[in-house]
Amino acid sequence: MTAATESTVNGAIGQSPKRVEDDRFIRGMGNYVDDVQLPGMLHMAIYRSPFAHATINSIDTSRALAMPGVVACITGQDLVAHGLAWMPTLAGDTQAVLATDKVRFQGQEVVCVIAKTSYQAEDALEGIDVDYDPLPVIVDPKRALDADAPIIRSDLEGKTDNHIFTWESGDAEATDRVFAEADIVIKLDTLYPRIHPAPMETCGAVADYNKATGKMTIHLTSQAPHAHRTLFAMVAGLPEQKLRIISPDVGGGFGNKVPIYPGYVVATAASLLIGKPVKWVESRTENLMSTGFARDYHMEGELAATKDGKMLGLRANVLADHGAFNAQAQPSKWPAGFFNIATGSYDLQAAHCKVDGVYTNKAPGGIAYRCSFRVTEAAYLIERLVDNLAHETGIDAAELRKQNFIQPEQFPYKSPMGWEYDSGDYEKAMNIALELVGYEELRKEQAEKRAKGEVMGIGFSSFTEIVGAGMSKICDIAGLAMIDSAELRIHPTGKGVLKLGVQSQGQGHETTFAQIVANELGIPYTDIAVEHGDTDHTPYGLGTYASRSTPTGGAATAIVARKLREKARQIAAHLLECAPDDLEFDSGTFTVKGSPEKSKTIQECVFGAYQSDLPDDMEKGFEDVTYYDAPEMTYPFGTYICVVDIDKGTGQVKVRKFVAVDDCGTRINPMIVDGQIHGGLTQGFGTAMMELISFDEDGNCFGGNFMDYLIPTAVESPDWTLGECTTPSPHHPFGAKGVGESPTVGSPQAFVNAVVDALHPYGITNIDMPLSSHKVWKVLRDAGVTDE
Amino acid sequence: MSDKMIVKATVNGEECEALVEPRTLLVHMIRESLHLTGTHIGCDTTSCGACTVLLDGKPVKSCTILAVQANGREIATVEGLETAAGLSVVQEGFKEEHGLHCGYCTPGMMMTVTALLEENPDPTEDEIRKAISGNLCRCTGYVNIIKAVQYAAGKKEGAAA
Ligand code: FES
Ligand code: FES
Repeated sequence: MTAATESTVNGAIGQSPKRVEDDRFIRGMGNYVDDVQLPGMLHMAIYRSPFAHATINSIDTSRALAMPGVVACITGQDLVAHGLAWMPTLAGDTQAVLATDKVRFQGQEVVCVIAKTSYQAEDALEGIDVDYDPLPVIVDPKRALDADAPIIRSDLEGKTDNHIFTWESGDAEATDRVFAEADIVIKLDTLYPRIHPAPMETCGAVADYNKATGKMTIHLTSQAPHAHRTLFAMVAGLPEQKLRIISPDVGGGFGNKVPIYPGYVVATAASLLIGKPVKWVESRTENLMSTGFARDYHMEGELAATKDGKMLGLRANVLADHGAFNAQAQPSKWPAGFFNIATGSYDLQAAHCKVDGVYTNKAPGGIAYRCSFRVTEAAYLIERLVDNLAHETGIDAAELRKQNFIQPEQFPYKSPMGWEYDSGDYEKAMNIALELVGYEELRKEQAEKRAKGEVMGIGFSSFTEIVGAGMSKICDIAGLAMIDSAELRIHPTGKGVLKLGVQSQGQGHETTFAQIVANELGIPYTDIAVEHGDTDHTPYGLGTYASRSTPTGGAATAIVARKLREKARQIAAHLLECAPDDLEFDSGTFTVKGSPEKSKTIQECVFGAYQSDLPDDMEKGFEDVTYYDAPEMTYPFGTYICVVDIDKGTGQVKVRKFVAVDDCGTRINPMIVDGQIHGGLTQGFGTAMMELISFDEDGNCFGGNFMDYLIPTAVESPDWTLGECTTPSPHHPFGAKGVGESPTVGSPQAFVNAVVDALHPYGITNIDMPLSSHKVWKVLRDAGVTDE
Repeated sequence: MSDKMIVKATVNGEECEALVEPRTLLVHMIRESLHLTGTHIGCDTTSCGACTVLLDGKPVKSCTILAVQANGREIATVEGLETAAGLSVVQEGFKEEHGLHCGYCTPGMMMTVTALLEENPDPTEDEIRKAISGNLCRCTGYVNIIKAVQYAAGKKEGAAA
């Protein structure tokens, strides 16, 4: 890392200017996909399967076709003719675009109706007649592996079971040896349940085919417009130069808008065939029931330790429920994502994990919900195990962590499952958190409360994340290297435009990326317009998810700005008639060393680049582009401490205090970083306390709307106490690591650990999320703590 | 479907007319007939409040009201918050306090808050949390939305004094 120079320019890194994108959002002038209204636009609605598993005998659309305004009904058979009935998933599987042979989950797409108005399209769904033969349903992934289980993916040739993959990492033998020598083995059998990112804007598309030019423009709720363009080109056989994806303002993504969904494909095909724009926007119910869910990891973890609390080894066995199609979104070579970050912040001797993916009759996925590829599940497992070890050994949970942390001098640290951590100072973050929460006092209070029979708990999470994919030698999606890009063009008057391969769903890139330029070039951030999301006007990139924008796109921005700074230096040297090396650069001005009166501003240099008086060997103009391939991943970390009081009568868990100390390296805009942490913590709170998608034995989905799938409102959301720690990444151009996901990765286990800490005097060692009052009350009742 | 009806309403101070089916939801009339797309849709169970507008000054979820019910009444949407005098204090508060990320919930949230401050110019934190509990935000965790409301309340008071 070249340390970010302390710039005094308006908006430089470390300052917190207000967001420029807000000017349109607070006026209601954002432009989301559903806001796109085009002349002659048709509307699409999707008829979905009521069954979780059933053979389709016949589909009759004649009644629907006769209904007012209906233009077309598209079935799977219609798509067969165009080779589009099935599509590849990001995970190398196939997924039915519209079901032809059978349906495999409740809510699966069967028929698309295209009509003149959205009401007419919805009406016509009543006119679709499908004859089904229900089949036995599998909702339990363990049952899916039974020898006599019905085969869900009968479409896959030679498939005789419901197993998708086995993925292993680490050294099984070395781990066995460590376990054999251990005094203590803590075991935890836990489900990280199925949840949903549920961004406030659902998924949708407006496909607009222009017959005259052959150009297909798709307005898409997309976190990765460039990758989606390439995939559309490959799947639909459309020439890539005639495909334009515009991901306009996106109302939250959180991973939900990474995959390609059947609705996108059919709307595009329909526009192509009918020659008119076609809009499809899913309802909330469709969003929750059919698009990318997250987690659903059945985890068995074991932690080996000595009796005085030295942690030795970790073993994990995971059954991963991927639903009816393996539509998870992970880098291609990583079927269980980066789950092997599971040794977390601790220096273990050996570790091994094994993950088996299986098919069930549930919606396909799973996506990385505000998570860098299964890191959330991994962090949960190790942090739950560590707290249970603390209870088992009687060593204080904070002390135990400190004893086992990887030490600052051990970085770069090679983990037993193969990652090389770039930097960290875990104890520092922990100490800041302990101080902020008033730890000693709290433990005293807890002891007093316990003596009185009151139930109070303190839970920890000292997580380490791996983000910023990154590293094309190990990370690609569908063969596309996970690079990202930035193109910077400064106009003669010294104001310019930055075009990004990454895209924003609320992260504030139009502000923060301009700040990076401000920092590097000394041009005020308000003079840089940031463009993103339109594939015709931005350079290629893999998109925004997995906290990768700052580590990759941010790095590209800094580097392209530095290239131009060097050009400006040459121009300044020419104008000042000195050698480039004689110039110092600070906050947008080149000054001749030792002659402060001789200087040129960056704006003067830029203007010079467009004038006739340039050295012959220098190209005119002031623009450049950088494609950045990260040399390493980044490893944000932090310590979170949660304090809860539990009502013995009702089981209600009240979060009294939550301290979050994050280390995400250099912070571009501290206000935005804090905002990201608030949001992520609240999502983690939802995960821990209330969010759940479950199924009955017939595969009926519970949690398919906002009455059943509860996300936090302002009433129950806790207040957050934030602390800060900064350990810059040594390999990122300005030391940033990425922050979007740390709070969702780091927080759920802090809530659960707090509740288990409160209840462990009653012999409780685990409660699976979500920790609803009812569930906690039942645990209390069974433990004889509460009255009936 | 049955014959269309004319709805006449005052929208952000201007007389407006729209020809709609009797079953048309108010939110669809606002977005599709009047092209005021600042009012959003986030659910199908009256849970999220992304569609909140003011009907005769009271916040309503426009996805749960028929357009025809608004006939002859006054509708205020996010597009009407800014006046010739500039941004409303609520809009200003959301920007100043970083009360939004993706902006999808923001228009509905700001309408609810606008109505709250009309009724209760100096709400406590608890009152604010209750007032906005019908407006879901998936991005912010509400902390800065509450600060935005407090900012707006403070500004309003300053202006009144
Ligand atoms: S759209 Fe969700 S309450 Fe109206
Ligand atoms: S700002 Fe995104 S939902 Fe509230």
